[in-house]
Amino acid sequence: MVAATSARTIAWQRRRRALAQSWALFRHHLPGMIGLGLLVAIVAMALLAPVISNSDELQVVKTVENPRWATPSEFPPLGTDNFGRSVWAQFVWGARISLLVGLAATLIAIVIGSAVGIAGGFYRGVGSAVLGRITEWFLVIPFLPLAIVLAAILGPSVRNIILVIGITSWPSTARLVRAQVLTLKERLYVERSRALGASNRHLMGRHIFPNVSPLILANLTLTVPVAILSETTLSFLGLGDPTRASWGKMLEESFKAGALSRNAWWYYLPPGLGIMAVVLAFTLIGTALEEILDPRLREKRR
Amino acid sequence: MSFRFVTRKVFAALATLVFVVCFNFFLFRVVESDPVASLYRGKNLTLEQRLELREQFGLEGSQATQFVRYLQQTAQLNFGRSYSTNRPVMSDIWERAWPTIALVGVSTLLSAVFGVLIGIVAAWRRRSKADYGWTGFTMATYSMPDFWLGMLLLVAFAVTLGWFPVGGITDTSSDATGVAKLFDQAHHMFLPALTLTLAYLGEYALVMRSSLIDTMREDYLTLARAKGLRDVAVRNRHAVPNALLPVVTLIAINFGFVLSGAIAVEAIYSWPGLGLLSYEALRGPDLPMLQGLFLVFSAAVIAMNLVADLLYAHLDPRVRTE
Repeated sequence: MVAATSARTIAWQRRRRALAQSWALFRHHLPGMIGLGLLVAIVAMALLAPVISNSDELQVVKTVENPRWATPSEFPPLGTDNFGRSVWAQFVWGARISLLVGLAATLIAIVIGSAVGIAGGFYRGVGSAVLGRITEWFLVIPFLPLAIVLAAILGPSVRNIILVIGITSWPSTARLVRAQVLTLKERLYVERSRALGASNRHLMGRHIFPNVSPLILANLTLTVPVAILSETTLSFLGLGDPTRASWGKMLEESFKAGALSRNAWWYYLPPGLGIMAVVLAFTLIGTALEEILDPRLREKRR
Repeated sequence: MSFRFVTRKVFAALATLVFVVCFNFFLFRVVESDPVASLYRGKNLTLEQRLELREQFGLEGSQATQFVRYLQQTAQLNFGRSYSTNRPVMSDIWERAWPTIALVGVSTLLSAVFGVLIGIVAAWRRRSKADYGWTGFTMATYSMPDFWLGMLLLVAFAVTLGWFPVGGITDTSSDATGVAKLFDQAHHMFLPALTLTLAYLGEYALVMRSSLIDTMREDYLTLARAKGLRDVAVRNRHAVPNALLPVVTLIAINFGFVLSGAIAVEAIYSWPGLGLLSYEALRGPDLPMLQGLFLVFSAAVIAMNLVADLLYAHLDPRVRTE
């Protein structure tokens, strides 16, 4: 028992050291740090939404007194829309929905993708072949039509849009993880552990998963921007939650209300810039993580 | 490339197609037990209307008989009738396919050409100002929702400057024919094509850049330099042709995906293609139309993936085709 605990402690110490080492590398990765800074700023804005804006400004019934299509100088800080709702309030509260959908959908996609990838790569035989085939099949189903069909069937709500994006985005993760697991399971230490009588569960939990987790982490940060862009497109097509402001829905409403022809830039610019900033932030962080966690890429940078 | 390799790839593509056809059936009938109830939720329907709708959906009979009937109809390319136009779905899709193929074809070609050129400049002068500038530019266009970029271009060039029409494919007030009509259509296509070109440029540029950077480490480039070839000759005759390989297959794969990826951009510019058709079908929702579009979009991706596989095997002799 004593030996087992100390082995575990050693493993944890090693992991903590590796984490500290990765952080040290990340801190000197300029694009990665820019992305992190950007992300922290946006998340802070989303969390502080009740403090920095008034949620009453979102509801049509409570904004009848407000001027319509007011410019930012007439109604600071970002003017109003065709119903007199504050664009700033929509922008700040919309950040919450966009981030929530992006993160939650990514989580679903990563969990399914990792499970399918690890199981498919680890086991041999019919089951593994079937998982591989299913992954390949789902890879060729074009995302947008599938998501549209699903969202149309399930009905528009935040929960459904998270589900739709989550269950359509897992195959690329599954393929990536599967390929990695296929090489990992041939490593000597896995063979040694198996020879010592380790069960499949032990092998997957203790040897395979810790080794693919850096890959999964990098993939996670690169899936979030895709999920956020998907939310934007689906909301723009009218499949978002009709009762909650999101950046995609702001773009839909500004387009439908004719913000383009009256050039109400304060309505259609902020949500687009917000999406750009979040996508850029996650892409920069993800690329940095990929370079830091994959020694082969780290070599390349020198 | 052996005959066996080609037949194997063709059969794999057909198997995928069969999967998509079956998946399409279950998507609409099993995921939701009563599509009539879920699609018309909140709308008052009489019992007769409900029953009639169920019949239109092909919901009578057991699951098995429904499935067999669905397979037979799909094999005959019969996707039913549209709810909004009451015309066969297939003839609507066929009519709207050409504007999308033209738009996506032009944009794919342009984004590939300019993306590759940017990738070459960025990779060959790595870590130069040009590299940082172009990589930054492609990162920025990649981060934008494509339809938002379309909105910006629409405001700038159609609304404010008035250089281009705000939407559609032809000027409805003119009855031009022949070359004049073609010119008019090109004029209408300019902004949506520019939007899609800019939106997809980044991917080609990044792939070309990293592919060329990989190629630049190869020994045959050192050899080419040792022979005394000038830098431009080394780049254009030895490095670029080899680095182009992954880009060529990416073009084929992307063409399949962009057909459906252009839905929002087509909606912005009211470009009368498959994307706008999908957008309109969502309003209903026009279920048979959505189903038909889903099958056509998936079939396009499968077909273009097959083309990409065969092209890659043909271009790269290292791929084992036995």
